[in-house]
Amino acid sequence: MRFMRQLGVILLVSAAGEMLRGLLPFPIPAGIYGFAIMFVCLCTGVIKLDHVEDAGDGLVDVMQVLLIPACVEVMSFWDELRSVLPVLIAASVVSTLAVLAATGKVSDIVIDAEERLKR
Amino acid sequence: MNELLRNSEFIGAALTILSFEAASLIRRRFNNPLLNPFLISVIIIIAALKLMGLDYDSYYASARHISFLVTPATVCLAIPLYRQLAVLKSNLPAVLAGIGVGVLINAAAIVVFAKVFSLGHSEFVSLLPKSITTPIGMALSGEYGGTQSMTVVAILVTGITGNVAGEQLLKLVRVRRAVSRGLAMGASSHAIGTAKAVEMGDTEGAMSGLAIAVTGVLTVAVMPLAAQLA
Repeated sequence: MRFMRQLGVILLVSAAGEMLRGLLPFPIPAGIYGFAIMFVCLCTGVIKLDHVEDAGDGLVDVMQVLLIPACVEVMSFWDELRSVLPVLIAASVVSTLAVLAATGKVSDIVIDAEERLKR
Repeated sequence: MNELLRNSEFIGAALTILSFEAASLIRRRFNNPLLNPFLISVIIIIAALKLMGLDYDSYYASARHISFLVTPATVCLAIPLYRQLAVLKSNLPAVLAGIGVGVLINAAAIVVFAKVFSLGHSEFVSLLPKSITTPIGMALSGEYGGTQSMTVVAILVTGITGNVAGEQLLKLVRVRRAVSRGLAMGASSHAIGTAKAVEMGDTEGAMSGLAIAVTGVLTVAVMPLAAQLA
C-alpha cells in the first residue's frame, strides 16, 4: 500500500502541474510545473521524502524505458532526418564540447573568486 | 499483422520493455558507452517492426500506456534535486554562473549551426534542448513545434559525446575543481554524462546530478527567447 499511496501523491502533483499548464499561457510542459510544485512542497515540508521517495526513485529509474515509444517515431521521420543527420551530429558534438569547457571554466573562476573574497 | 498490434494493449508494451532488457544485457556484456541501451532498444524495435512490415502508428497504439508515466517521472526528478539541496546551497554562485553560461553557449552554438547550414525553424527548435534530460527536452521540443524524435537523437549524441570525451577535455582545458568538473558533465551531457561523472568521483557525481535539474530549469527559462533566434 505504501507504494500506491506514494504513487497517489505523485499523480496528484502531476495533475496539479497539468492544471497549471492549462491555466497559464506559457509553453511550459506539465511535467515542469509538477517538478516545481514537488520541489517547493519538499522544501517547505508540505510533502515529506517518505511520502514519495520509493515510488519516485522507481519512476526515475525506469524513465528511459518510458521514453522509448515516443522515440521509435523516428522511423516515420527517417527520410527527413537522414538529410540533416550530419549537421545534427556536428552541432551536437561541437556544442557539447563548448558547454563542457565553458561551464567548467566559469565554475572554477567563480569558486576561486569566492575563496579570495573570504580571505 | 498491423491490425493485431493496433488492437493489442500489451504487445507493443512488452516489446518495448523486453527490448530495453536485451539492450541492457548487450551493454553489460561489452561495457562500451557507445552501446547506449536506449539507443540499442530503439534500433531493435524499429528493426523488428520493419521486418514484420508493421508501421509506427500500430506500434504506438499498443505501447502508448508506457508513455503515461513520463510526466509523473519528470515530476519525481525534484526528489534527487531536493536530496542535494545542501550541496546546491553551498555552491550556488558556481552552479548558477557555470550552468547559466553553459545554457547560453549551447543556444549560441545551435544558432550558429542553424544559420550556417540554413536549418528550418522546426529543426532548429528540435536541437535547442539537446543538453537536457530527455523527458524535459522532448516536451520542450513539442511545445515549440520541433520534432520530438529528432530531439532525442540530438540528446543521445550529446550524452555520448560528453561521456566519451568529457573527462579528457576537462583535463585539456585545465578545469581543476571536482565541483566544476561535475557541473560541466551534467550541464553538457545530462544523465549519460552523469554516469561518467559518478566514475570520476563522489563530488563530480553529486554535482553532475544536480546540474541535470538546474540545466533543465534554466533551459525552460531561456527557450521563449532562444526559439526566436533562427
